[in-house]
Order: sequence, then structure tokens, then C-alpha cells
Amino acid sequence: MSLNIQQIRADFPILNEKIRGKQLVYLDNGASTQKPQVVIDTESYYYEHQYANIHRGVHYLSQIGTDLYEGVRKQVQQFINAKHDHEVIFTKGTTNAINLVAYTFGRKFIDEGDEIVITEMEHHSNIVPWQMLCEEKKCVLKYIPLQADGSINMEDAEKLITPKTKLVSVAYVSNALGTINPIEELTAIAHKNGAKILIDAAQAIQHFTIDVQALDCDFFVFSGHKIYGPTGTGILFGKEDILNEMPPYEGGGDMIKTVSFAGTVFNDLPFKFEAGTPNIAGCIALGTAIKYVQDLGIDNIRAYETELLNYATEKLSAIEGLKIYGTAKHKSSVISFLLEGIHPYDVGVILDNQGIAIRTGHHCAQPVMDCYKIAGTCRASFAFYNTKEEVDILVEGILKAKKMLS
Amino acid sequence: MSQSINDIQDEIVEDFSMYEDWNDKYEYLIEFGKSLQKLDEQYKTEENRIHGCQSKVWLQPEIKDDKLFFYADSDAIITKGIVGLLVKVLSGHTPKEIADSDLYFINKIGLQEHLSPTRANGLLSMIKKMKTYGIAFQAR
Repeated sequence: MSLNIQQIRADFPILNEKIRGKQLVYLDNGASTQKPQVVIDTESYYYEHQYANIHRGVHYLSQIGTDLYEGVRKQVQQFINAKHDHEVIFTKGTTNAINLVAYTFGRKFIDEGDEIVITEMEHHSNIVPWQMLCEEKKCVLKYIPLQADGSINMEDAEKLITPKTKLVSVAYVSNALGTINPIEELTAIAHKNGAKILIDAAQAIQHFTIDVQALDCDFFVFSGHKIYGPTGTGILFGKEDILNEMPPYEGGGDMIKTVSFAGTVFNDLPFKFEAGTPNIAGCIALGTAIKYVQDLGIDNIRAYETELLNYATEKLSAIEGLKIYGTAKHKSSVISFLLEGIHPYDVGVILDNQGIAIRTGHHCAQPVMDCYKIAGTCRASFAFYNTKEEVDILVEGILKAKKMLS
Repeated sequence: MSQSINDIQDEIVEDFSMYEDWNDKYEYLIEFGKSLQKLDEQYKTEENRIHGCQSKVWLQPEIKDDKLFFYADSDAIITKGIVGLLVKVLSGHTPKEIADSDLYFINKIGLQEHLSPTRANGLLSMIKKMKTYGIAFQAR
């Protein structure tokens, strides 16, 4: 089924905004996605008509809120095909979820001399928590190097992931380059060596059908705001037996069974990892966002975004002096590029003045930039509400920037 | 008598008032950026580097006859144009004048967005550093 893009665009009020008098062309979906009206409405309806704290009250509103919130947990369970709903932990986002694993799983199961393997293309949030853990536990962080096209070589992965490896933590999709990693193979290599694997799906959840049981990954994390939901929401999926063995992350309300000064008994999954009042409205609206994506059909989304990526790649490649960074065979709808001799910041400023929103800089993936020996790139990232006409506007914008800045 | 900081600012504001749209303004900034002398490589040191994650800025101070002069550069040309304007306004005045200055011209010519910390282009830190030099040299 093909998507009705004009109808979809009408669902996203912000796409009608004028920026500096020009029609907004939003191509920064890798940083965050815009919200459909139904998501905005769900959040405001909850505050207007249903709000109270959850998991506590005997009263009507508290029960409604709890039902809605727990309903989203079940919805996420089905969305990623987890075995149990208590394997789905609400977090503030991907960064928070990775830090949770680093502080709990990492502190308990990773010791001096053990190894953690990531890739050279990771976002800082899948590097820094492990560096901090290594500092504390004297474990070793290793990375699978990037090849020229922005992919990784599985022979390198085979060499680096060894019985010393306790955890492999990799991006499903590179935010800076768009490379799709072979996570099934990486999972198999990790498990063969007795290591656990964490998949950072921040750039994948909005593009692919996910089945965590088929993947057999141990942890799977993503952010709500990248799948058309609210900021400050995210999911940590973990296998039940591993989550049960992990110590709690933060202490506080909701994560306990009983508290006395003689000692505290922690709550069961998933509440053990959900101390304090969560982003209730955000999580409920995340459910609406996931439903919106499911109704469009994630395979339809993927097909259309691939069409956009191919169109944009062809058009941008035709610009003289433009170099695309990240040309792996398997790519998501992200194009990182540079104009020869022109700083990406300058390109971003000139595009911004034409109402075109892209990201410039190192995209929180400085090691990727170091690998290519560049300071940063311009990055256009596409979502299903973008059009080929918008790609044409981008191309015109880049040509104008090139003319002004050369 | 040489122009005061505010005289120079007013002159820039007047120059910019001729530009009707962003296009003209940025074309001017880009050309101005290109026309500026490059900072000698020996001054592009870590000490002179102002950190911003998007574009790099280097600032070299020099005190001559009780006046503070600045030499600056950036790897991004629009940033360099703005850096050049800041140098044009502040360089060659006494440390006290620099420390006490109120840089209103940036707002008046509509470039304040480049000074937002989220732009991370080092400009805001550059202004702070110029003023800090003003204060430091005043104390000597």
C-alpha cells in the first residue's frame, strides 16, 4: 500500500509553519521527529480530563491513568514483540536507558579486565556511559572500526568480540551516516562468545519492524521523540532473567515493596527500574504515536522513505563538489554531506534562512568525524511526511549556499 | 580623535540598514569574512582557541600603547564575518572601554541568533573572552 503523503502532512500541524517567511522544510528528523495532532491531543486530553498520579490511588482518576499507562506498556510489548510486558521499562529516552544498563548490569556483571565492544559509529550516548563504567571498573572499551563507506567489517567484529567480552553495545542505525548494522550477525557473534548485546535503536524504531524475540537481543533501547512521540519518553527492553538479576537503578517511590530502616525490599519488574513519578502523559501519548505509525504500516513507511533516500542521494550526488559521507549498501534515510571547501555551519545558516532545517556539526558522534578527518557534516534526514518536492527545495538551497559561499 | 566603540557600532548598524533581506546581509558578511586577514598559523594555538562544537574561533590579544588590539579567525566564513565585526568594534580601544562596552549592534543588525549558546559557534564565548581580556589588562 502506498501512503497518502498530503493527508499525512495534514496530520502534522508544524509542517504548515512559516520560518523567516518561508515554508518550513523540515529535514532534521534524525535529531527529532515532529508530532501528529493525535499525539498532541492525547497529551492535552490526559491533562485536561484524566490526570492524577498513577500506581497509588484508589480513586477513579488514578486508576484511569494507571490503566492507560500500563496499556502502553502492553502496546510496546506487542510493537517490539517482547515475551512479557514486564520486560518493557519506561525511561526518559535512549540515553537514560543505556545509562541504566551501564549502572546496573555493568556494575554487577562487568569487572576488571572484562571487555565491552561498541562500534566506531556510535552516538556519544553509547560511548560515554561505557567509558565512565570502564573508568570505575577498570574494564576495557573496544570498538569495531569504520570502513570507508561507513559500514563495519564482520571479520573485525569476529576478532574483537571474544570470550573476554561481557557486553556488545551497538547502534542499529548510525545517526551520523545512516548505516544499518547487521545486528542479527552481531547478536550471534556476541552470544557465541557468551556476551550480552544491547541494541541502540534510536534511529531504527521509526523505520523498521522490530521483533526482539527473533533478534534474540538482550537489551533493546529507543526514544519516544524519534518515533513521533513526546520528548522525555523512552523504552528499555531487557530479557526477563537478566533484568531480574540486575540491581535497581534509582531508589525511591514505586520501585519498592516495603521500606523500613532495617532494610528495603525492592519491587518486581518492571517497577524495580521505575522509581518516582514518571512522564505519565508523555508515555500515554507515546502509545498514540506508536499506533499512528502502526496504522500507516511500518513497511509502507520504510518503502516510501527508501524511495525518498534514493531520490535525494541521486539529486545530491549530481551537485558538483558535494561529497556524501556514509555510502554503505544498507542505509536508512539519512544523508551526511559536505560541499568542497565550505564549512558545514555556513551551509546550515544559508539553508536556515531559506526555511530548510538540517543538522550541521558532529551529530554527537565525534569519533565518526575523526575517522573521516572532518570537523562535521551537514545532515539531511527524512521522514514519511517529507516529499520529493522538499528534496528539490533542499537541492536548490544547497546550490544557492554553494554560490554564496564559494 | 579616533572613533568610540559606539561610533563604530552605529556605523555598522547604518551600513546594515541598506540591506533589505537576509540574502544581502549574508552576502556582505561572507564577503567581509573573506576580505579579512587570516590569523597566522602560529597564533592558532589551543590557548587562543575558543571552543564551540560547530565552528572554531581563535582570538589573539595584543596590548600596544595602553590599547588592546585583537586578531581573530574562524574556520566558518559566516562566523568569521561576525568575528570580524566584533574585532572592528572592539579592537584598538582601552581595556576599560572594552570591558565596559555594551555590544548592541549585533541585535540591531539582526544577527543575535548567532550568539545563541545553542549555535555553539564560539561567538558568545569570544565576546566573553574579549571582555575578560579587557578586565585582565586593566588590572595590570
